[in-house]
Order: sequence, then C-alpha cells, then structure tokens
Amino acid sequence: MSVIDAAVLERHGLKLDEYARILELMGREPNLLELGLFSVMWSEHCSYKSSRVHLKTLPTTGPRVVQGPGENAGAVDIGDGLCAVFKIESHNHPSFIEPYQGAATGVGGIIRDIFTMGARPIGLLNALRFGSLDTSLARRIFEGVVAGVGGYGNSIGIPTIGGEIVFDAAYAGNPLVNVLCLGTAHRHDIIKGAARGVGNPVFYVGARTGRDGIHGATMASAEFDESSAEKRPAVQVGDPFMEKLLMEACLEVMQTGALVGIQDMGAAGLSCATSEMGSRGGHGMDVDVVHVPQRETDMTPYDIMLSESQERMLMVVHRGREAEVEAVFRKWDLHAVRVGVVTEGDRLRIFDHGTLVADVPNRALTDEAPVYHRPMQRPAWQNDVQQLDLSTLIPITAAAAFDALLTTPTIASKRWAYQQYDHSVGTNTIAQPGLTAAVARVKGTPVGLAVSVDGNGRYAYLNPHRGGMLAVAEAARNVACTGATPIGATNNLNFGNPERPEIMWQFGEAVRGIGDACRALAVPITGGNVSLYNETEGQAIYPTPVLGVLGLLDEADRVCTRTFKQVGDVVMVLGDNLAELGGSEYLAQLHGMVRGDAPALELARERALQQLVIALIGEGRLQSAHDCADGGIAVTLAECTFDSGGIGVTADVPAAGAPGPFQVAATLFGESASRIVVSVTPEQVDAVREAALASGVPLTTVGTTGGHAITIAVAGQPHIHRDVAAAESAWATAIGDRMRRRTPTDAGATE
Amino acid sequence: MTVAVVVFPGSNSDVDAQHAVRVAGANATLVWHKDTDLGDAQAVILPGGFAHGDYLRTGAIARFSPIMNAVRDFADRGGPVLGICNGFQILLEAGLLPGAMVRNRDIKFVSRLVPVRVDQVDTPFTSACRQGQVLHLPIAHGEGNYTADADTMAALEANRQVIFRYVDADGQPCEAGNPNGSARNIAGICNATRNVVGLMPHPERACEAALGSADGLAVLSSLVHGLGVSSSR
Repeated sequence: MSVIDAAVLERHGLKLDEYARILELMGREPNLLELGLFSVMWSEHCSYKSSRVHLKTLPTTGPRVVQGPGENAGAVDIGDGLCAVFKIESHNHPSFIEPYQGAATGVGGIIRDIFTMGARPIGLLNALRFGSLDTSLARRIFEGVVAGVGGYGNSIGIPTIGGEIVFDAAYAGNPLVNVLCLGTAHRHDIIKGAARGVGNPVFYVGARTGRDGIHGATMASAEFDESSAEKRPAVQVGDPFMEKLLMEACLEVMQTGALVGIQDMGAAGLSCATSEMGSRGGHGMDVDVVHVPQRETDMTPYDIMLSESQERMLMVVHRGREAEVEAVFRKWDLHAVRVGVVTEGDRLRIFDHGTLVADVPNRALTDEAPVYHRPMQRPAWQNDVQQLDLSTLIPITAAAAFDALLTTPTIASKRWAYQQYDHSVGTNTIAQPGLTAAVARVKGTPVGLAVSVDGNGRYAYLNPHRGGMLAVAEAARNVACTGATPIGATNNLNFGNPERPEIMWQFGEAVRGIGDACRALAVPITGGNVSLYNETEGQAIYPTPVLGVLGLLDEADRVCTRTFKQVGDVVMVLGDNLAELGGSEYLAQLHGMVRGDAPALELARERALQQLVIALIGEGRLQSAHDCADGGIAVTLAECTFDSGGIGVTADVPAAGAPGPFQVAATLFGESASRIVVSVTPEQVDAVREAALASGVPLTTVGTTGGHAITIAVAGQPHIHRDVAAAESAWATAIGDRMRRRTPTDAGATE
Repeated sequence: MTVAVVVFPGSNSDVDAQHAVRVAGANATLVWHKDTDLGDAQAVILPGGFAHGDYLRTGAIARFSPIMNAVRDFADRGGPVLGICNGFQILLEAGLLPGAMVRNRDIKFVSRLVPVRVDQVDTPFTSACRQGQVLHLPIAHGEGNYTADADTMAALEANRQVIFRYVDADGQPCEAGNPNGSARNIAGICNATRNVVGLMPHPERACEAALGSADGLAVLSSLVHGLGVSSSR
C-alpha cells in the first residue's frame, strides 16, 4: 500500500503533475524520505521553477565577471588579482513569523554564501520593507528585524555599511528582508561547491542538526494565511558565534589546499548541499545520517536531511589530507566529521546505520526540477492605475508638503536603525552610513568598492518594466555619485504568487526591464535571489525588484558624498526635470494616491549622466553629488544640507511641467529619474558646464550654498524657507519619535 | 618592539587592532587565547568582539582562557595592557579593573562616532594626549553602561583613575553627551598602578582620516612612543 496520497503531497507542497514527473524520474514510487527531498528541492525557493525562464534572459557576462549566477555567490575582477564576491538574498517569510531570528539568520545565510566562495566578508547591506509605522505590527516587526540584522552582523564582526528602508501599507503582512554581503578574495582562492574525485571523503562541520527549519524552503514557497503563526518552528535560530568560528576555520582550511569543494547548508539543508555538490561535480554521493551530529534524540533520516539548522557546512576533502582539515577545525573547537564519500555515477544515496534509505539521481533533484512557463496576463486595472487626474485633489502649500515629506519614514533619516549596526568594525568603511552609497576600501590596494541597494515597489506596481529599469538605474546612479564605476549587480526579486497570471506578468516585465537596463548600463547580473508568494490573505506586496549594484572606485579616499562642503559653492542639477508626480512619495503621503505612470527613463541619457558624474568626481571637480529620488528636488536639496554642519542653500528652480495648481508640487516633488544634484566651487563652474555640454547632459544652475536656511523658490517665487537645524532635527528624529509613540495595542506585542 | 593582540574565539577587532598598531609605527602579533605565553611582547591589547559569543555575561568566559594567566602576570609586572570594548569587559570580569558593565541605558546596541574627553594623561595610552583633549572615536556596543559601587567610584575619582569620559559637542560630561548611561559618563578607566587601561570606544578604528577620524591614533601613538622611550633607555 502506498503511503503517498493527496494529503501527503499537499503537505509537501507538491502538485499531482509534479508527482507524476517524480515517478517518471525515479522509475518507481518514492518513499517518504525521497518525497521529502523532492519537496524541498523542487520548492520555488530552491528550484526557481517559475522564474528560471525569465532569469535566463538577464545579461550575466562581461569582461570583469569571474563567476556568474549558479554558484553560492557572484564574483567580479577588481584588479590586483582580487575579486569582489557578492550576493543578495531574501529572508522575507521567516522575518514576518519571527522578526529577530528571521532577519538574523538571513544575515547568517548570506555571509556563509560569501565565505563559502573563499572570500572574506567585508560588508553587509540590507533592503527592508515594512508596513506603516503607524501600526503596532509594523513597529514590532521593524524593531525586531533591525535588532536581528544588527545582532548577527555586530557579533560576527562584519560591518553593516548601508541599505535602504521603505515603509508602505503594501508590506504590512509581508515585510521584506533582503540582505547583501560583500567580500573580497584572491582570484585563485575562489572555491566552488562541487563534489569531485571518486573516493574523496565528505565532511560535515559546524552546528549540530536539530529539528528547526524543517520545510523552511517549502514555507517560503507558499502564501500566508491565519495559520502562519503556527509555522514558527519552521524558522531557524541563529548562532553568530558558531558562524564566526566556522568562517575563520573555513577560510583557514581553504588555505591548506586540501578542499575539493565546499557548500553551506542553507535552504533545504543537507538535501540541497549533497545533491547540488554532486550534480555540479558530475558525481554521486553516499551519506550515512548516523554520522551527522544531532542536537535532538530520535531524529529520523527525514528530519536530518530536511533540517535547516543554521551554521553548517559540507566539504569534500582530498583523500589523504583529512588530518590537515581536522586539525584546523580542532583549533577552533569545531569538530569536522566524515559523513560520506564521493561516488562514481550520479546518485545521491542516503544510508541510516548502513541501511540504504533513499536513492535518487542528483540531477533529478536539481537540474531536472520542473521549469514552468507560467501564464502571464497584464492586469485589467493596469491601464486605469496609470491614469493620473490631479483635478480632484486639494492643493497643499509647498512648505507644508516639504515639512511632511522630511518626516515621512521612507524619506526621514534611518539613523534609528543604522546606529544599531556596527559599521566601523573591520576598519574598511570609508563613508559613514547615510552619507552616500556604502563604500568599503580594499586594504593593500588604493581601490574602494561602492554598493547601493535600491528598488521602488510603487514604480514597479504602476509600470513593472520601467520599475525594473529604474531599480537598476537608481542603484547604479547612487554608486556613480560616489565616483565609482558600476561593474556588476545582484538582484532580489520580491513578488506575489506566481500562479496568478497578473503576478507572473509583473515578474516577467520587471525582469525584462532589469535586463534592458543592465545591458544599457553595462552591469551584468552575477547572481541573486527570487522570493515569490509574498502574499497574505490573497493580498500581494507591490512587485519589488531590489538591485544591488557594485561599483569600483579607483581611489577609495576620493569618495564623493551627498553633503555640501562649504559656503559659496554653486549648486547645479544634472538631468531634466520632467515634473512627474506619478508614483511619487508626495502623492502617496500627502494625497493618499498611488497612481500615474512611473517616471520616464531613457537609458542612453542615464548612462551619459552617470559617466559624466564619474568623470567629474575622478577629476576632482565636484564637492558633492546626490541622486535626486524620493521627494524630488526639494528633499534632495535639503538632504545635501543635512550632516554638512549646517550649511544652508538658496535655490531657484525653473518651473517644469504644465501650469496649474500642481505645477510647483510637480517641479519640487516630482521624481524624474536621471537627475543628480551637485555642488561645485565657483572656479569649477565653467569646466563642469563644458563637460556637461560635451556629454549632452542638461545642466541647470539652481543656487548657491550658504546661510543657515533651506530657501527654495520656483521661477522666482519663494515657496520654502526653513532653518537647516530645525529641518535636520525633524528629519533625523522622525523614526525614533514614531518608535517611542506607543499605543495601548503595543502592550504585550513587544517582548 | 611588539604589541601582542590576544585573539579569543569571537574576537572581531583583533585584526583591526593589529592594523592600527602598525599604522602607529610598531609591530603587532596575534596571540591565540589557548597560548600560555606572550613571547617578547612589550604591551598587550585585548581587542573588541564577542569572546565566546558573550552569551553569558560579556567577558565572563574569556577570563578563563589560558592566555589570561600570562596577561595577569604581565600586568602585575607593570606591563601596559589595553582592553578595548569587549577587551575592557574581559578586564573587568578578570578583576584587572574594578566595576562592571550592564546593558546600555536604552537596551539597544549603539554604533556611532562620539566625542570622548581625555581626563588623565599619565597612563601608557594617553601620554601623547593633552589633558582635556576631546577625541572623536567610534563606539559599537550593547553593554557599555559602566557601573560600580559607591566606594569603588569614590576611589576611582580620588585616584584619578577615570581616564576617558563621554562628553557633548561642547566638551561637557553631561547627560546629553552620554551614549549608554555610564555612571559619571565614564568611557575608560585604569587600575591603581595605571598600567592597565580599559575603554569602550574604539581608538583602533579611528587611526586614519579616510575612516572618518584619526583621533584614535593619539591613544596608540602614546603606547608606541612611550615604549620607544623606555626601550632606548
């Protein structure tokens, strides 16, 4: 009698047609353990079965690409025989269920991906999305996630050097926690996760295996409903101290040359590590679970293979060199144990006390996982939502809008969060958090690495193709504003349920946009992560493609920041103001409206703009450079005065767009892309103007730095006049003030 | 001239301390916590981090590491010992410095550049500073809230053992300038014989202008120059 019925399949998240395929690949009925292996390996999270056909269209090659997608992380050449190794990954679902541990283990997971490649991690970034801070649920999740991100990174001693945080009701039931880790490695030290050499022993090292996280990958591949809180046991618990020991020991053991391959056990744990290493190396693997160190008693082979306990690694060691490996781990008080052997053929065979309990072709679990061309359908509401009619709105004064925008959590300073992150450990962090894209120097070389993570879900909701392009453009622009040249990117694609044709359309369009922009801006994608099923009770998040762009700065100490540097400098805007309010923070916050089209983007102009700014910074002609984004030019100008020591600005911005009651708002708060606000000394004005002219980038002189106020006019008419100190204080404390404002419903909600 | 930087499992500023000592012009070697011998080191740094994970009280397990006997002997002989952040916590747990650390006032980890006033210059780690000089140094800790009983506190003040205090932008050790709730704005202290110093801020992370502050160099230069003088005698 078969133990596998419809209920068992449903519990394993497998569809009937998928089961039919399993029967075909196996040539027989699987047992429960084998079904469990297929369940986790064929989950959306591990198999990318819905996204793969789209991801294949992304550009992944380039002169600097050393490792593209498919390994634990991507790698690009940064000169001097060195590589930057980086990747972004999501931990969205666990962070909703258990914010602190969900976020902490997300950080732990991405760090393992980096050092598994043989690279030493030097920085962390994160892209976070939460519901409105006016709700106690969002405050609780935000507080827990920030503490978890900090708790893990601070302890292991890898600085959190940048990131971005957006608050919007669309993320109330599905917060997003995307974490990026950056490391450096000598090119010849890069090691891969492949099992080769018949007879080579397979070692397990790190934390013992418990029952935590069983079916975590399957959970991450389903929507949430009322019962989601019951899934808490599927969230793992992090131990940064164990990971610190593992990281140091692994980096040390790699230097011995005794390793053939290594892979961390993340999603799908031992199942994933064994089958992926085998299939990458074109070999089989025999593993006996009796040798796997266990934290709990009476664990079954099923529990052991599917556990997602954290801080564990699997290694293939050159036969005869086991002692060298064991000695290094012993020094770090870690115990590397032999759990199996690389075999001829292609089968993953699991034993329990010597008895064969599972026998599956590796590739059936990995390369031969289902690939879906899921149906795509442009939503019926898409055209309507792109229509923007301002005539029903009641105009607000620019000054009132300015005050409100500076303290809206998405725009306000994220100091409350990043002051909980150790950003100075490692002594590589060049730019203080919040001043620019993250910049880390590479010791022993003059170069720096700049990284920015960006993605505007509202834009992608209004226009997914353009939203994808804009995410790439903004991340690259932020990197360019430091003076660094973008050389590679990693993407984290956060979407709803791909089985809905409208969601799949959003996904396909966004990926197409990312591909278009990456090609035009010459930034290849070297890896990334897809997180689908970000839905609760049928309500999906905004489609949220997050791009992490890596740039190379020839001289790290010449980094350019956003802040004005001295009184009397000339303030200029590079790029065109198209007075676009569609999808803006202004419309959303002040009029409660999310409509219109996302800002226009011409990729050739974007590229010219970025190249111009990089060149000007390289020539030392710019005092400051700041991407014009959320909140438009008014907020951008204000941000240039913040952290400058109180240097004010007097600006007169030419009116843009059609005359009418919203022309001033569109001019000051519209979020046209491809714009950068720069300040230059009077001596450099002519050179900057000539360079802009030569590269075809529009340049508008809007004012000068000085005084103690932010004074902004439109076409000669004064609209905003605010004391820098007061505005900066409101901006700096807005999030902290909201976090202190407890409501009765918070009691008991916060531990 | 060599400075020994002790590496505990979980230390994460060991390499930073080594780098900073080199920037200051001396050699630094990493010494594993299971070692029992400091070699020919002329000074010892216990670096920042989370020794043994700090899952118990911070520093509570590290004080039992084999190397700590050698550190204690070295300190008893008058050798200069600097504990930074977690290193300071370990010195407190080991009884080489008086007092204790508790959670920061607002429970949260705090990471930022803060002004720190040098109150005493007659230690091996402040001899190159001016009395009252304000240094801008990064702090990064969750348990940096220094506390001690009234007698200990009175003795620290009477013996001028408070070496560093947190101050505000105007250089005043007031509540506004106190990032973690430390008693009397204490950021660092020394022992009665003044050769053992512990502080929560990270001078080793502020030794190059490119990192946002080079003020920490004053602390490490004090050590390097001081040792240079003594070894040439």
